[in-house]
Amino acid sequence: MFLGRVVGSLWATQKNPQLEGLRFLLVQPLTPELKITGKRLICADSTGAGAGELVYWVRGREAGMPFLPRQVPSDATIVGIVDEVQVKRPC
Amino acid sequence: MLIGRVIGEVVATQKHPSHEGRKVLLVQPLNLDGSDRGDAVLALDAVDAGIGDRILLATDGWAASSAAGRPQSPIDMAVIGFIDQVDVIPGVS
Repeated sequence: MFLGRVVGSLWATQKNPQLEGLRFLLVQPLTPELKITGKRLICADSTGAGAGELVYWVRGREAGMPFLPRQVPSDATIVGIVDEVQVKRPC
Repeated sequence: MLIGRVIGEVVATQKHPSHEGRKVLLVQPLNLDGSDRGDAVLALDAVDAGIGDRILLATDGWAASSAAGRPQSPIDMAVIGFIDQVDVIPGVS
């Protein structure tokens, strides 16, 4: 799973029927120190996350699992809203 | 699988039910020389690991979700073991 922040949303009227009713959010990956890392990506949402919220998402085949028994063709899905990040790197 | 070090944890009240009751650990993947290998990731804890532990990290969904005892779940990484020692055979590449 990966840490990120919701920085936008995406609308697609014409899409795969299995994606109907899903929310798509634009996510900026972050380091544990909340610094920007890597490129933004589109995630389906299974949590009701909103703009600016810190989230974590899964990638790959498991990204479809939150929507079972629906077979949703998503390869990145938000699965949690992060309240707090505790980091302690070795000195 | 990768070698990693647990560097923290995230607290999430609202999350997928399959993540309830397990820690969501921040893991820094490591190279064999102990240096950082890319960015830190989040992994579900399947062995009761804590901050500072050197661990074995499954980075595939099937491996991770079955190790966590929660198949068919949105889990793509899990901490599945503690590393005691790594021996690299000298002169073999």
